Amino acid sequence: MTYLKSSRFLGAAFTAITMLSITRTITGNGDLTSTVTIAQALVFASPIALAGLAGIWAERAGVINIGLEGMMILGTFGAGWAGWQWGVWAGVLAGVVFGAIGGLLLAVAAVTFGVDQIIAGTAINLLALGLTKFLAIVLFTDAPGGGQAQSPPIKGDIPTFTINSIVEPLTALHEKGIFFISDLAGLFAGLFYHLSLLTILTFLLFVITSYLLWKTAFGLRLRSAGENPWAADSLGVKVVQFKYAAVVFSGMLAGLGGAYLSIASTIYRNGNTAGRGFIGLATMIFGNWRPGGTAAGSLMFGYIDTLRLIDTGNQNVKGLILLGAIILFAIGGVMLRKAKRNSAIGFLLLGAVMIGAYFSATSFPPEVAQVAPYITTLLVLATASQNLRPPAADGVPYRKGDHH
Amino acid sequence: MNLRRIGTSLIAPAIGLLISMAVTALILSVIGASVSTVFSSMWTYGTSPRAMSLMVNLATIYFLSALAVSIGFKMNLFNIGVNGQYVLGALAAAVVASNLTFPKVASVSIAILAAMIVGALWAGIAAWLKVARGVSEVISTIMLNFIAIGIISYIIVRTGIGTETSLNVRGTKPIPESGMLRGLAFIDPGTPIYGFFFISIVIGIGYWFLLNRTRFGFDLRATGKSASAARTSGVQSNRMIYLTMLLSGAVAGLVGLPYLLGDTGTYSLQFPTDWGFTGIAIALLGRNNPIGIALGAILWAFLDISSGQLILEGVPREISTIMQGLIVIVVVISYEIVRRYQVKSEQTSVAKALAKQEASV
Repeated sequence: MTYLKSSRFLGAAFTAITMLSITRTITGNGDLTSTVTIAQALVFASPIALAGLAGIWAERAGVINIGLEGMMILGTFGAGWAGWQWGVWAGVLAGVVFGAIGGLLLAVAAVTFGVDQIIAGTAINLLALGLTKFLAIVLFTDAPGGGQAQSPPIKGDIPTFTINSIVEPLTALHEKGIFFISDLAGLFAGLFYHLSLLTILTFLLFVITSYLLWKTAFGLRLRSAGENPWAADSLGVKVVQFKYAAVVFSGMLAGLGGAYLSIASTIYRNGNTAGRGFIGLATMIFGNWRPGGTAAGSLMFGYIDTLRLIDTGNQNVKGLILLGAIILFAIGGVMLRKAKRNSAIGFLLLGAVMIGAYFSATSFPPEVAQVAPYITTLLVLATASQNLRPPAADGVPYRKGDHH
Repeated sequence: MNLRRIGTSLIAPAIGLLISMAVTALILSVIGASVSTVFSSMWTYGTSPRAMSLMVNLATIYFLSALAVSIGFKMNLFNIGVNGQYVLGALAAAVVASNLTFPKVASVSIAILAAMIVGALWAGIAAWLKVARGVSEVISTIMLNFIAIGIISYIIVRTGIGTETSLNVRGTKPIPESGMLRGLAFIDPGTPIYGFFFISIVIGIGYWFLLNRTRFGFDLRATGKSASAARTSGVQSNRMIYLTMLLSGAVAGLVGLPYLLGDTGTYSLQFPTDWGFTGIAIALLGRNNPIGIALGAILWAFLDISSGQLILEGVPREISTIMQGLIVIVVVISYEIVRRYQVKSEQTSVAKALAKQEASV
């Protein structure tokens, strides 16, 4: 089983790198797989991944968390507020605590009072937005270096690691432009270039979550609260407690994601989350409510974001288009082999359109890359939604003793 | 009976308002502001003719947005995509109307039609994804919101449709005066009430009629109450999803028009893009009832507008956003408590009646 899983993972990684490599070779755009790109993609992906992980915790316990965005906003604020006064680690802590408060609020509304979870989450988003804007004006306007919509700079830095003995030779290898090998080198070097301790923490949280939720009795009980809380209750699981724990922890993770954002931009700024809580939610669905797929989804968002933002020669988006076409063709091929003709034709057609776009235009505006992750998410959901399976009692209000 | 129902449905918002005012007072005193000065300043400015006009105008926008959301809510469809639907609708209306030199009635009607069609089509994507591919509309509409913003910035920044407007922001070509719907200044001489105010009243009545007096409305509400029961009685649920989403999107397409046709005359990059979320909150407050929604929209707009001069008291106007958030969360919780209380009291009264019957036998 484990062997099967790891071989599948290696296969997927191999395919992904091959496609990247083909694209890089055709476009001759080394940025696509460079050390710096990958390192930056990790920075962009981590907050989204944390939001996605937060979504997994809440929804596995049966509570839909649309309030992720709000909890993330609280996290960005907490990090800015504590960070500029008492240093960066206090900021991380405050981000987590503020997020947890948001989670607690959702738990009170959705678990104790059984309010519709999407409604409760929407209310939290609203409240978090207003509260942070208000407090920013009250607390930051007269602070040195602060303003009405932003905190003073956060003091100190999260340690980052660069292992030069790995990065330098691999980066040199990347610049040689050898098919596959150079791209693998760039990707690998990116993992050890300015790697933030918070990114490592994010990775560890994914590993811990996979273990806790799927390999322990605690995880089984928590997930049973999301699959069939009435049955779980009849077996003695304290469903309400598990839901509370899961939703509060969800808030903590979202808050950490927010703190990561503020720390990465060295200040709290109004609107810094820019919908990343919602994107995290999308990666969670994309990843079938599991950590591995969620991580992959966040990496996609982070990677595309990076290419869009470092697009100096206006060529990266063009590369992305080609990459998208290659991926679509590959999926179309797989579908053909699985005898799903209609889906296959759809994918091949889309791929052809993108190839056509690639060859007809010399460059693409950044807006194309701006919407690409969302379109990709929709495409994934549209093709895979039959294979995606949310927890059975996700979103269903639970009251002890209510028969079902 | 009916009076009692109205009474209980008013209790929850009243509790929400009181608790949110109490918490707001607490926050104000923590930051060292005078609670009574703040509230009285909000009341004094909020009831001035100018503020009242602004409030009616803003409430018109919120009303339409909440109406769009609640059409979906009635069928348990969460149209979180009102944002995307209305920005695209407003852009379409701006583009169309700026190229027309027809008489006002024709020009405005065409702009309205364009906005509704575009809004409906954008919502239709989510409906298709739900019906044909099983994708939850909650997540697809959120994605479609982001995509709409991207499309708009592409159109305005990179195509010939966008030009430099007077404010040094890129936007669509200004709509000629013959295509505007500026409205009448009957509360405050300097601040006209949007012409769309009257249109939205008509739409509100239409909403009520459609839902409560037509076969379609019955099917829609039935599906919302119990999809399986409705299906058994012959309602085609897929068709209902399409129709509901298209209708919701069509109304959503109108949300930006009061402001576009009554004020700016151009869709620029500064056009507000988050009225859809406000609509969700107000639909919740108003319990999907057109009168409730109207009251909710007025309350919301009052808080928005009346806080406009708080900065003179040294208090950020965002205090009103906090109040709004608190109101929503407390109101939804108290609706739930009131509902539980009603269920319980019904159960006790039924049990009592049964016990009486048994005793008399």
